[in-house]
Amino acid sequence: MTLLVVDDVVVRYGAVEALKGISLSVEQGEVVTLLGSNGAGKTTTLRTISGLHAPARGTILLDGEPLTGKPPHEVAAMGVGHVPEGRRVFPRMSVNENLEMGAYRDRSHLKEDTDRVFQLFPRLAERREQQGGTLSGGEQQMLAIGRALMSRPRVLLLDEPSMGLAPLIVQTIFEIIKQVNDEGVTVLLVEQNAAQALRLADRGYVLETGTMAMDGAAKDLLVDDRVRQVYLGEG
Amino acid sequence: MSFVDQFWQLTVTGLLVGAIYAVIALGYTLVYGVLQLINFAHSEVFMLGAFGGLFAVRALLPSGNINALLSVLLVLAGLAFGAASGGLAAFALERTAYRPLRRRGAPRLAYLISAIGASLFASNLAGKEFGRDSVNLPKDLFTYNTEVFSVFGARVSSQDLVVFLVALAMLLILDRVVSGTQLGRGIRAVAQDADTASLMGVNVERVIVRTFVIGGLLAGAGGFLYAMKFNASFTMGFIPGVKAFTAAVLGGIGNVRGAVLGGLVLGLVENYGQFFLGADYTDVVAFMVLVLILLVRPSGLLGERLGRAA
Ligand SMILES: Nc1ncnc2c1ncn2[C@@H]1O[C@H](COP(=O)(O)OP(=O)(O)OP(=O)(O)O)[C@@H](O)[C@H]1O
Ligand SMILES: [Mg+2]
Repeated sequence: MTLLVVDDVVVRYGAVEALKGISLSVEQGEVVTLLGSNGAGKTTTLRTISGLHAPARGTILLDGEPLTGKPPHEVAAMGVGHVPEGRRVFPRMSVNENLEMGAYRDRSHLKEDTDRVFQLFPRLAERREQQGGTLSGGEQQMLAIGRALMSRPRVLLLDEPSMGLAPLIVQTIFEIIKQVNDEGVTVLLVEQNAAQALRLADRGYVLETGTMAMDGAAKDLLVDDRVRQVYLGEG
Repeated sequence: MSFVDQFWQLTVTGLLVGAIYAVIALGYTLVYGVLQLINFAHSEVFMLGAFGGLFAVRALLPSGNINALLSVLLVLAGLAFGAASGGLAAFALERTAYRPLRRRGAPRLAYLISAIGASLFASNLAGKEFGRDSVNLPKDLFTYNTEVFSVFGARVSSQDLVVFLVALAMLLILDRVVSGTQLGRGIRAVAQDADTASLMGVNVERVIVRTFVIGGLLAGAGGFLYAMKFNASFTMGFIPGVKAFTAAVLGGIGNVRGAVLGGLVLGLVENYGQFFLGADYTDVVAFMVLVLILLVRPSGLLGERLGRAA
């Protein structure tokens, strides 16, 4: 069953056309990765799905229901969790309060879900009273992911979760994404770290300056000559 | 009389006026927190609240004697109607002067001009409708006001005490709302990062409106308190408005506790200052404080906390 459909979406920033009619789909239970170099339009794609940008053309569907034209808080309520680029934890809220924000709409599972996040990220548990802004980059990324999980999303959008992090922490984060997916959360993962993303994902898309250049099974993209040259920095 | 003799009296008056400044200052600071915008029309919300409360008391005032209980009830009614008028005015202000600009993504300057326009409109409308002379509460409302007791030798009327306690109660309630309720969490999240707040399911537009209304409720009740202690007029908003703005900047604009601290400090400084310079200089002292903070410590005593990212 197709959970998320992006169909022929155009997004403009003034005169700049950031997305020139892109399409992608994510099946229930899949991990799909969206690759592309700087400025390709990956963040714009995720922000448009979440309702932070209004597309000039095209439709976005979640489980058959249109998201297009809905404000972000309604999109969130429909089951889209978004881990934004640059993590964006609330700097002057504690770890606990940041997680509470993830459960803003529905606090009925607050305790249970907080425990769950602390189980996934024991380092956050040790810092539960610490302010978000004082955490390390890796801890902030864990918090941003944990916060998004607090809403029990059907699909999790992740925008470059490995950005600026040490390899060991990146490893941890990818393992958690795998684990979350195994528990039934569908994942759309934006990455510049193509090798690792493709090893985790079922399928991948490659975005080039606002146009979808390639798509296919992750294992095929991993051995594709063009992908290897441009995104995996090989031969 | 020396400053030492007068110290407690000046302190009591300073805290009293300062508490009113603090109540108004919260409106500036909360709105700044969520919108990074100084709502210069907030002073007129205060003025409209004062009239709302005052007219309610006049309408409810029975003929004949007023006992202490009735007096208290009338004050509570005045506060409630003052708050309601302020809340309504703030709501209308947000709808007409700001929201259309936000929809259009207007530049900062447009908000400022819109605020000044709304301010002039409200003040002149009040002048036209409510008269150009200042209006007092019915004098016999405070027959009990003759009771005076003393704190460290400073004379405090029961009316002063009521004003101070009500202001204090409002400050405490607001603090609880911001730190411990769903709306408070929404306000703080929007202040720290509006886009991300919306991704968490916060209806940012609704939080903005409610923030304006909370500021308006406080300013409206504050207006009634001010009118109780002094009087009400269509121009009454300007000076306390700028002072409350000073208090907000003094404490660190965007910082809720800072606004309270700033209000109390400003009230005290202004009263101590007037002892040395004379009553004519009260306002001068307050505005000197504003200029000084902007020069020396623009982030205020406690710093901007709700506002920008760290
Ligand atoms: N708010 C904005 N206003 C104007 N142009 C923008 C804005 N945001 C992004 N752009 C432009 O849109 C294009 C796509 O940007 P986007 O951030 O979506 O790329 P990206 O693939 O996420 O890049 P990165 O890998 O650097 O994060 C870029 O050319 C960028 O300069
Ligand atoms: Mg990006």
